[in-house]
Amino acid sequence: MSGSRPWGKIILFSSIALFVISWLIKAGVLSSTGGVTDISVRDAFFVTLAAFLTLAILSFLYKDNPYYKFAEHLFVGVSAAYWMCVGFWSTFVGNFIPRVSSTLSGFFGVPFKEFNVFYLIPLILGVMLLMRLSSKTGWIARWPLAFIVGTTAGLNLIRYLRSDFVNQVSNTFVPLLVEWKGIGPFFSGFSLSASGQFTLSLTNWVIFVGTFCGLVYFFFSKEHKGFYGGASRLGIWVLMVTFGASFGYTVMGRVSLLVGRLTFLFQDWLGLIS
Amino acid sequence: MNKVGLLISFGLIGAGLLWFLIRAIRGQEVERRIIFVFIGLAVAVPILFNITFSEKASPIVEAVYDKIENLSSGSKILISYDYGPSMAPEVEPMSNAFLRHSLAKGHKVYIMGLWATGQSLAGAAIENIVKKEFPEKVNGVDYVNLGYKAGNQGVLNVIITDIRKMYLTDVAGVNLDSMPIMKNVKSLRDMDLLISVGGGLPGVKEWVQFAGDPGHIPMAGGSAAVSAPLLYPYWPTQLVGLLGGIKGAAEYESELVRNYPRFAKMPQPGVKMMGPQTLAHLVIMAFIVIGNISYFIIRRRQG
Amino acid sequence: MKRQVPLLITLVVGTVLILSVFFPPAERLGEDFSIFFDIIAVFAFFLGGGNLVRIHGNRLYKKNKDWAFSLVTLLGFFIMLIAGLFKLGNPGGISADVAASGSLFQMLYDWIFNPLGATMYALLAFYVASASYRAFRAKNREATILLIAAFIILLGRTPLGVYATSWIPESFSLLQIPNLAIWIMTSPNLAGQRAIMIGIALGVISMSLRLILGVERTYLGVDNE
Repeated sequence: MSGSRPWGKIILFSSIALFVISWLIKAGVLSSTGGVTDISVRDAFFVTLAAFLTLAILSFLYKDNPYYKFAEHLFVGVSAAYWMCVGFWSTFVGNFIPRVSSTLSGFFGVPFKEFNVFYLIPLILGVMLLMRLSSKTGWIARWPLAFIVGTTAGLNLIRYLRSDFVNQVSNTFVPLLVEWKGIGPFFSGFSLSASGQFTLSLTNWVIFVGTFCGLVYFFFSKEHKGFYGGASRLGIWVLMVTFGASFGYTVMGRVSLLVGRLTFLFQDWLGLIS
Repeated sequence: MNKVGLLISFGLIGAGLLWFLIRAIRGQEVERRIIFVFIGLAVAVPILFNITFSEKASPIVEAVYDKIENLSSGSKILISYDYGPSMAPEVEPMSNAFLRHSLAKGHKVYIMGLWATGQSLAGAAIENIVKKEFPEKVNGVDYVNLGYKAGNQGVLNVIITDIRKMYLTDVAGVNLDSMPIMKNVKSLRDMDLLISVGGGLPGVKEWVQFAGDPGHIPMAGGSAAVSAPLLYPYWPTQLVGLLGGIKGAAEYESELVRNYPRFAKMPQPGVKMMGPQTLAHLVIMAFIVIGNISYFIIRRRQG
Repeated sequence: MKRQVPLLITLVVGTVLILSVFFPPAERLGEDFSIFFDIIAVFAFFLGGGNLVRIHGNRLYKKNKDWAFSLVTLLGFFIMLIAGLFKLGNPGGISADVAASGSLFQMLYDWIFNPLGATMYALLAFYVASASYRAFRAKNREATILLIAAFIILLGRTPLGVYATSWIPESFSLLQIPNLAIWIMTSPNLAGQRAIMIGIALGVISMSLRLILGVERTYLGVDNE
């Protein structure tokens, strides 16, 4: 372990040296007139900083290390402050101030709507929420929490009922014989074309039967035996295809993020690609 | 360069996978850091060689394209930036493509966001795309940035009946009533198309539940790949169409460039990313096969 | 007081929001409650920030393990906060967009928040690759179906799938990998996701009712806090 300290210092000084070298090279590359300008020095610093922060996070793949911890802790602090600031200016100044104070509205440059005494309620509830920071008065945060829970429950109940239940059940009732003109035309024109009659009908059969069997699988009040068990098994297979599709898309999504970061490093930082 | 790069990429990846296969047949473990290096190379090499492929829109993507294309010029399209930096590489090509298409068709574009990080990204899109590629478009006349509001679904619950109850000004503090683009626009029900670009909470799902369905407003979505499969049940009755992941973005970009030659020189990050994406998928599939070969060999030896 | 009042608040607010869908007079009250919710959400952000300062400040004060990193967190937090709250360097002044181009806030977002956030999630690509090699096994029929579906999607969502099966004639075009991938997404995937969606919807409806009626009280915590 004592041998790791010199290595730690070497890596630290090397990183700082590389940072400065990269910054200077980048500033030289960015300057348009041949001389270094303030903006190119600033942009070069930020690009180099972003690149080094990226590499610090990626260093976690080797093992947990102080550079990763530095980047992680910086991210936590910066993101908390970001959401606070945007929330404050967009909603507190944008929605609350115009309804309670014309003086403050004028100061912040937002149009004053009209004084509405009821808008003191979210202010009071909000301050009560902040009481959570104290262990003695933390219990009072339950009131605004109850408001949040009540709002979410009230909003979600109807919307989930309509969009995710009624509409979904309705959309499952699809015609099982698409563009039906009779058995003769069906067999005479039979093909496995992606837009053919058979494929469209098969799609609707799978949607109807698959949804039903998937729901049968999730119903545990009846034993999964016999015909019911068979339907449940079919439901599991449909769900496995669903999870396989989700896995495929998840891989696509995660790889895209890596491609994005590597593109930044190669393009914006190293200038290896245009 | 494209073909040479493709050959080099396949060569490197093929050699690496062969090494993995040999180790698998011998029943030898592979340290996970080597796997990390390999996947990193599999993605990095195609990026360096700028490997790209042509794309064709699938029906679910084409439906969104056709919807925007077939709306009469001057229609009102709302684009909601519901994502952050963690999803931006995937969905930003989509939001940029929607913006370009809508403005090229002469539609009025209303920009907002349910994510705080969306406000910064929307601002950057306006600076980099609207002001540079459409200098004739005027803020407040052809487009408006309403910005972000906290509250997730609560925001939608209000603006479905009255936008001005939630938004008094645009993001720069300009009164909405002074803007020609906001004339005759009272609520989301006045929009001709709603587009949510995102993949988390709130996202396309919440837009369908709280805006599209209650207001009977046509809805389209651009979603990160992780969330896209979950949105298919809404198609085609509750969602006009859906762009899923970087593939969806690439398909839409290709369709846009095919029909609008003015965009031929525009950056197509979606199309560009499909090269490394393709090789990475190949590697992942090979890993699954090799991993299973190793598993069955070891199991047979133990059995 | 500690439990009865919050339960009453949940009941009233939840009921008003449900009724607002059916009764226009309740609609306005429902909208006001939604705006109150939005304003309280901002206080929740302040609570998060305050909690962060409290925890890391405590760690710094007591010089606990990794206290230096807590200093980094607090520095990053306060620099970003000051840049945003006071709109430092914002070309448009106090009424402008807090994330206006050229402002210090937007620069910190572009060059610190953005790369850190994006890279954190980019790490997942490596872990997905590692999991593909070490964990995904076709141990039974169901796992095999899952892996076959994943294969078709992985191949079908890339141009390789086009090249691999473009020779298949139009009358069998369903068997072309890209078309098969599209069919999987719009047919069995849709069915499975719909079944899950309906199940979740029933769960959400039942839980919402339980919360509004006060049957479910776990969100209130325990009284001896």
